Amino acid sequence: MTALAPVPAPSGQAAEAPPPPRRGRHRLLPYLLLLPGAAWLGVFFAAPMLQLGAASLYDPGGSLSTGYVLTWAFGNYPAAVQAYWPQFARAFGYAGIALVLALLTGYPLAYAIAQKAGRWKNLLLVCVVAPMFTSFLVRTLAWKTILSDNGALVGLLRDVHLLGPDGRLLATPVAVVLGLTYNFLPFLVLPLYASLERLDRRLLEAAGDLYASGVQTFRRVTLPLSMPGLTAGTLLFFIPATGDYINAELLGTPNEYMIGNVIDSAFLVRLDYPQGAALSFLLMAAILALVFGYLRRAGTEEVPR
Amino acid sequence: MRIPPKPLSRRGLFTGTLSSAALLAAGGVLAGCGTRAATQTEEGCTSEDRSATEKKLAFANWPQYMDVEESDPSKRPTLDAFVARTGIQVTYTEDINDNNEFFGKVQNQLASCQSIDRDIIVLSDWMSARMIRLGWIQKLDPAKVPNVTANLLPSLLNRSFDPENRIAVPWQAGLAGLAYNGTVTREIRTVDELLTRPDLKGRVTALSEMRDTIGLLLQSNGHDPANFTTAQFDDALAKLKRAVDSGQIRRFTGNDYAPELARGDIAACVAWSGDVIQLSGEDEKIRFVSPESGVLLYSDNMMVPNKATHRGNAEALINYYYEPAVAARLAAYVNYICPVKGAQAEMEKIDPALAANPLIFPGEDLLRRATVFMALDEKQEREYESRFQQVIGA
Repeated sequence: MTALAPVPAPSGQAAEAPPPPRRGRHRLLPYLLLLPGAAWLGVFFAAPMLQLGAASLYDPGGSLSTGYVLTWAFGNYPAAVQAYWPQFARAFGYAGIALVLALLTGYPLAYAIAQKAGRWKNLLLVCVVAPMFTSFLVRTLAWKTILSDNGALVGLLRDVHLLGPDGRLLATPVAVVLGLTYNFLPFLVLPLYASLERLDRRLLEAAGDLYASGVQTFRRVTLPLSMPGLTAGTLLFFIPATGDYINAELLGTPNEYMIGNVIDSAFLVRLDYPQGAALSFLLMAAILALVFGYLRRAGTEEVPR
Repeated sequence: MRIPPKPLSRRGLFTGTLSSAALLAAGGVLAGCGTRAATQTEEGCTSEDRSATEKKLAFANWPQYMDVEESDPSKRPTLDAFVARTGIQVTYTEDINDNNEFFGKVQNQLASCQSIDRDIIVLSDWMSARMIRLGWIQKLDPAKVPNVTANLLPSLLNRSFDPENRIAVPWQAGLAGLAYNGTVTREIRTVDELLTRPDLKGRVTALSEMRDTIGLLLQSNGHDPANFTTAQFDDALAKLKRAVDSGQIRRFTGNDYAPELARGDIAACVAWSGDVIQLSGEDEKIRFVSPESGVLLYSDNMMVPNKATHRGNAEALINYYYEPAVAARLAAYVNYICPVKGAQAEMEKIDPALAANPLIFPGEDLLRRATVFMALDEKQEREYESRFQQVIGA
């Protein structure tokens, strides 16, 4: 926070006598401005969440045809974890690995576009964003073709013996992690680009003048200044990647299924609403805990402490 | 000096909003405790039929499940002929892509006896069984659909979920069996070969539709999918689990196995006959196999949901599509098993090759091996489906 020194008001009367009715309006104004957003959140977020929370405590012995009774069955939660902890672990594991891969590729990419691209900057940005104009599903299906057993990529990897003669990429954890990395990369790159683009080059020159090496400059100047973008990008990447089920479904096998696949099947196939709701809440709680922990460490002011 | 009013801080706003949301939430919890039973009864949820005055019909079906004119896909010859003959204006929508998804879409309305604004819906037999069990479907008047009574294929008569043949009428039927791509592997004849042959390891898929995959496994164990015990189900599931654990089965699919089979990423799989006919039209090395142990016969059924207001018009349409000539024209386009007796003779006039195709007009021998999966009650359905989903990983 910027500390403002108490500056004496230049014209005392003007500051001291704002008409009272106006002041009342001022106090209400933020709430009035909030109203549309809050109403929207209330109807489309709070109410469904509440419904979901109640559903997670329904009697697990109920059914669609006989109806469900709210019995505060907190046992649904441990039961859900016990049955599906591997899928939970997989979701966070895969999303975590994908995040590391995305940082390794996305940071240099964002840096290059922001600082080194010159007149190609806009074109490169379009290249990052353009795939988003096609559907998520179509992009993932395209990866099926790229990673296909009889495709060029697998052929090449077999020729250089990175894969055995019967090796494959499709239907392996590698394919799922690659899919996650690819599909959510723009969410990481764009915020990073925004903060790297504002980076003052004179600071880098100053660091050079003070005999900082390239690595030191990056560590002490570039990286700290790109932290807001990095934090936002990491969250925008990690949160949807953890809950994703399309990549595991299309590029993986049942052995790669993540928690999203389980929730999908609980609601749509098995019609086990209490379990599906409990799993959704657990996923949300786990992600929230991670996000708050991360934001505290990353040190932004946006989280109430 | 006057104390200035405390400005609204970000935190104050945040906590204020949160606490009001919490209040709202608490009120909501008290308001709605649990859900009501979704089951409807004939007396409890009656539907009115306005067919006499309203010449309208809303027909919801799956994509590519209706014949269209090659030159103009917006023209549907058999449907247009029905409109011309009866004067009933049909609103045809292709908004059913997945049984479970569609169920999710309409379940709230049907569970509370409200209209879903569709007079005919087409759903697979197990989903039809579920909706019938829940009391969500109107019964048809057999006198209004004489062609169905006369022409329905005998294998599809008296199914366990519709013993009187008056509530779910097959639109098209199909077989679940095996398929292989002859370019990448040699012929496959049995389910056991699919699950154990070493050269197929990791290049096999099975259907995520429990009834089809488990049904074929039950048959391969010498059991009857139309009538089996939990112990027999367990045997079949254990057999499937061995194949999953050994890495023989690569994954479980919906319709999406088709492009992978065509590319040769998967060499052999559990497949639906309709998909395989389309694939083999492009590549004759792709073949459908009906194992000696048996195949599963499934059907997609036309049903009139509760509160649909044009049951009479729906009956007229259902009756129309059971005229052999109409059924043959439709079958010539969609290539599924035609459920209408007498359509084969009509097909001779349209395309003799299709008339001889056993996957459109299966012979006596094949039909004897074809079984419809047993109708499950809700408890069985949930138990079997959960355990199957555990094995396939979701």
